[in-house]
This record gives sequence, C-alpha cells and structure tokens, in this order.
Amino acid sequence: MKKNMTGTLEKIVASYREQRGNVIFLLQETQGAFGYVPKEAVEYFSEELDIAASKFYGVTTFYSQFRSKPTGKNVIVACCGTACHVKGAEKISSSLRRELSLPEGEDTSQDGEFTLEMVACLGTCSVAPVVLINGDVRGKTSSDKVVREVRALRKKKS
Amino acid sequence: MKPAIEVRVCMGPAGISAGGKDVIEAFGATLARAGVSAEVKERCSTHQVGCMGLCARDVLVEVHVDGEKTVYQYVKADMVQRIVDEHLVGGAPVREWLVDETYENFYRKQVKIVLSDCGVLDPEDIDGYIAAGGYGALRDILANRAPEEVINEIKGSGIRGRGGAGFPTGIKWDLARKTKGDVKYIICNADEGDPGAFMDRAVIEGNPHSVIEGMLIGAYAIGARQGYVYIRAEYPLAVERLKLALGQARERGFLGKDILGADFTFDIEVKLGAGAFVCGEETALIASIEGQRGMPRPKPPFPISKGLWQRPTVINNVETLANIPYIMRKGAAWYASFGTEKSKGTKVFALTGKIKNPGLIEVPMGITLREIIEEIGGGIEGGKALKAVQTGGPSGGCIPASLLDMNVDYESLAKVGSIVGSGGMIVLDEDDCMVNVAKYFVHFTQEESCGKCVPCRVGTKRLLEMLERITKGQGREGDIERLEALSDGVRTTALCGLGQSAPNPVLSTIRYFREEYEAHIRDKKCPAKVCKDLLTYSVDAALCKACGVCKKECPAGAIAGEKKQPHSIDPSKCIRCGICFDVCKFKSVERH
Repeated sequence: MKKNMTGTLEKIVASYREQRGNVIFLLQETQGAFGYVPKEAVEYFSEELDIAASKFYGVTTFYSQFRSKPTGKNVIVACCGTACHVKGAEKISSSLRRELSLPEGEDTSQDGEFTLEMVACLGTCSVAPVVLINGDVRGKTSSDKVVREVRALRKKKS
Repeated sequence: MKPAIEVRVCMGPAGISAGGKDVIEAFGATLARAGVSAEVKERCSTHQVGCMGLCARDVLVEVHVDGEKTVYQYVKADMVQRIVDEHLVGGAPVREWLVDETYENFYRKQVKIVLSDCGVLDPEDIDGYIAAGGYGALRDILANRAPEEVINEIKGSGIRGRGGAGFPTGIKWDLARKTKGDVKYIICNADEGDPGAFMDRAVIEGNPHSVIEGMLIGAYAIGARQGYVYIRAEYPLAVERLKLALGQARERGFLGKDILGADFTFDIEVKLGAGAFVCGEETALIASIEGQRGMPRPKPPFPISKGLWQRPTVINNVETLANIPYIMRKGAAWYASFGTEKSKGTKVFALTGKIKNPGLIEVPMGITLREIIEEIGGGIEGGKALKAVQTGGPSGGCIPASLLDMNVDYESLAKVGSIVGSGGMIVLDEDDCMVNVAKYFVHFTQEESCGKCVPCRVGTKRLLEMLERITKGQGREGDIERLEALSDGVRTTALCGLGQSAPNPVLSTIRYFREEYEAHIRDKKCPAKVCKDLLTYSVDAALCKACGVCKKECPAGAIAGEKKQPHSIDPSKCIRCGICFDVCKFKSVERH
C-alpha cells in the first residue's frame, strides 16, 4: 500500500472511533478521500479494527452510494426517477451507453474518461429529464444534447 | 430618499439549471456598472432565496421596490440589463417579461403553511427566520407550557404523518412521552427516496430552521435530549444548508445546554444516508444510523418503545416537523380549519410529469384532483389528453382521468387504490403506457428490496419478470390473473411497508387499465407506442425527402437509401431505438 494512503486511512480510523464505530461513516469518509472504497482500505480496516472484511463488503454492496472501482475523469449522473422516466430518461441513458461503448454491467468507459451513474431521483423533477455532468445540472435535456456534450468533452481532452 | 431595492432570484436546482447563477452574476455586475451607484448597490441585497414553486417559469426574479413586488419569468442573463435600466433605474417595469395569468392561477388555489416562508426568507440567515416569528413558538413553550400541553395542541391540530403513512403525530408523541426511559431520541426522516418527490428537499433548502424548531418542540414534548436528521447524500445543497442552520441555531443558544435558560438540553446531528430506498422505513433507518445495513425488522416492538440503540425513538418526516412551529404559533384550531374531517391541514405535492406548470405546490387536504391538474397545473402539456395521475411513488397507484373529481386526502386516495405517500404526483398523458409504468415501479422496488424476506425478494422479482415478458410481446393468457394473485401474496405477507406496498402500482393499473394489459398480451401491441419490442419502424416513401439524417444517426446501420431516393429501414437490423423517428423533420418515419 502507498504510504500516503496509510496516512489517510489512519486519520479515518481515528475519527471512526469518535463516531461510536459507525461503519457507514467510515466507508463514506473512505470514499470521500479516494472516490471509491479500495480493497486495500477494507483490508487495512479489517486488520486494524478486528472486524471481518465481509462486514464492510456487506455494507458497501447494500448501499448504492459506494463504489468498488474508481470513476472516470468525467462523471455523468443520469436521473431515472419517475418524472424523468416518463420524459424519456431511458433514451438518454441508452444513447449514452452506446456513445461510450459501455459493456453490460460496466459504468466506466474503457479509456477511463467517462463514468455513467444512474440515480433513482435527484429531486429536480420539474425540469425533467435531468442529467448531471461533472456536478452541473442539465435540466430539460435530451439524448442529443447530452451526447453532443460528451463529444465536446472528449475533444477537449485530445 | 432613494427607493429600497431588493432583487430575488430563484436559485433552486431548476433555477440553476435555467441559468440562475448567470442571472445573479449579471445583476451584480449590471447594478454596479449601471452606476446604480455604489450608494444604491449598498441598499440592494441580493438574496439567494429558496424554491418559489413554479419551477417551469424559471428563472423567476422578484424585484421589490419600496416593498412593491414585481415578478419576472424566464429571465436570462442577457435580460438583466434592460430590467435594471428600465425598472430599477427608470422606475417602469418591463411589462412583456412579467409573469402572466398562469402565475396567478398557480398560486390562487394554494394554501401555504409549510412553504409560507420558503422562497421568502433567506435560508442561510437565521435572523430572517427569527424576524418572521421563528423560534417564537419554542421560546413561548419553554417559558409557559408543559410538554403535555404541547402534545394536546398537536393532537388538536389533527396533523398526521406527512411521510406517507398518515399516523397522527400527536398520538405518536404522546406514546413516546409515556414510554419509560431516561434516554429518548427524535429522528427527522429526510431520506426522501420516492422517485418523483422533492418536497423535503425544498423545505430543508428553503427553510431549514422550521425543521430544526419542529424537532426542538418534538424533543421537548417527548423528553429527548438528542436528535438526528437522516438525510440523503444526493441532496448536497440541503445538507449544506441544514448544517449551516444547525451551526447558527447552536450559536444563538437554540441548541445545546439549557436552551434559552430553561431546563432543556437538546442537540441535533446530521447523518448522511448512503443510498437505499428501504431506509425510509423506520426500523431500516434506525439500523442505518447505527451503521448497519439498512434492513427492516418485524414490528412490534415499535421504535416508540425500542428504537435507536434500543431506546424509545420518535421518527417524523421533514414536512410534518416543519408544520409544527406554525401550528404552535397559530394554534390547533387554526390548523384544523384547513382540510377535511379526517385529514387536516395542507399537503405539499411535487407536481411533475406531463403537466404545463410542474412545480412544488401546497394545497389544503380535500382539494379535488381536477383543481390541482387543471387550475394549478394549467392542464396537460402540448394539448395531449390526461390519462392518469400517479401518486405515492412506488408504493402508490395510478388514478385514471375518469376520477379527476375525487378529493385528495388520505381516505379518498386509499379508496381508489392509491396513497398520499410522501407527495409525488406524476401526471401521465396518452403517450404513457400503463404496463410500462407498472414495470418501472416494480423494477425500482425489486432493485431496492433489501432481500430479507422471501415475499418481497422473490415476489417482486417474479412480478417484474412477468411484466417484462408482457412488454416484450411474450405475454400469455392468464398472466393478468397470475399478476393479481402474486401481488396479493406479496402485499399480505411481506415484512415491511416496502414489500407490502410494492404491488400497488401493478394492482391499480390492472384495475383501471386492464385493456392495455390485454392489448399487450393478446394482440402483442402497445397502444401508447412505448414498449420497444412491440414497435416497428418504417419510412413513408411519399414523405421522405432523402435528406439522409436518419441514415447518419442510426446507430445500427439499419437504414439504406441513395441520394434523392426514399430511404428504407431493414427490420432485421433495427434495434428500435427510435432515433430515426425523433430526428426526421418530415415526419416520414412511421411507428407502428
């Protein structure tokens, strides 16, 4: 494990002890620091706190917030809430999957440039369908607009 | 004396996504530049107010000149210059940009209690809330009223849980007060997981102090010293504003030891949810706060007797708590004067879907669905016909257009097979397939099922498989009856509310739209033309202008055609994505 990673994990364990041993808190802090919950972190916690690794994996796989792999450089969050659904959210996500050539069950493009996350509802239903691109809201959007933006982001890089 | 000018720009997510940030910046820059001199600038305070409700018209900008309010709609950054020049400098509002009749209609039938200060007060400023009477109820109670009196007032108001189940809040508090135990907790459930619902987000973002004051009053009534707000991590702005508000309340002595000099100690901690719909269920929510997987357990014991860390615990929804300060300030009788005999007060709904004016609305219980859809919502978008209104999210049902004159309250909605729920209200039009809607919700509950009990884990999966088959044209005779029988089994035997209510979308769509199921099963047709596998696309050669756009856009290479020759679609290659249908400007692509 890298040295700076150990340092971060030590700090997280310290604040965890203050939080009466809240595993969710521990994992949220970990994800906050690394963008995902690395396997090495779980092994470290398991060793350090004498808690079975399965307990951590039980929590990370239960809650949709936790990721086991890093995200791509650009993160697109597609809302699939009810209002978005009836306004064509499915079309947007399937266009994006095609555009990014995401294989079944994968959410990150092979070049590591893009991650497409699906979320149950962003609570911005009045401007459905909604997509977040790197944290910025795009309301009343369409597959056309989103795909164009993805292409622009890709161009910027090259 | 120069006029006192205030500019309020709607900056909810809808406002932001319509360009609210640019509008605010433009106002800042233009006011400074236009020599609405430094002096005037000082008097201008540009509040970042919360949701004003009519998000469809964003960016909404309120301009107050000497207390006189003018509202502009659809404001873009490039319109700011003219508003400043003509209105703020010249004194004459820009008439053609003002809100129209729709805006008036949107508000006329509404009664704002919970939302009365949302979009009016600056949510990041505790002084604004205090000046509007905030924390006054708390001050009065701590000085003059016993916990039992508070409980009686709440009982008298008739308010019921706004999270969906509708349990009377006063009775819940009374039970908690009477439960023996020196440590008790109050939890605010802000895990607004229903897709299509955002009133809790709006309340916390628009007026976080009302929730905090509501929790304080609840804590005093039941005898709790510690509270928690369990809030979705998907609502970053709400979390930020809540934490800011808690800090301010602590500074002013509304939270902490010996609050306002009384023998009452209470504080609130924020707990972030990690994304699990089932955590809206109270026993699952408790497990999640304790750091476990959020899995429900059988009740009894109810959280009232054994909740968080085995201690007596009251769990109230955001909207319920935000009502409390207003009830205590104005009295139970005032609150009970709104609503019906059994459903008192108001309810906030998130009106969305195929409606002209989507937004956040607060209406008295008992209002008719027609008033909401036609008068407040302005009717259906694009001149289409209303088909159904879905209430209560994945736990609720679809109400057909024929029942538009029904009242909206706990009892009436239950009677037609739906629920008030947390307040999502999604309007569906003729282009929506009801089998698809049922499939959408069952897909959701199946994914969110925690897996603990068999009826929910296996039952929702089998329901989903059947619905998937039907929408793929593989439906069989007897499927409707099988869906009904299985739904009944899941409904009556699942462990928690998630499973028990999961079949509601299926049952209510079968009840009112049986013929649509039959069309899918028998004729292998989707009348609303939504279910992909039941559609075919072709080109009408007479209308085709051979522009080549569809051919270029088709991701499957299924369209052939030379220049100046009508194009055609190869059904064996077509993946039915519908892109050609969307991109054709000449309406030559047909969908059957």
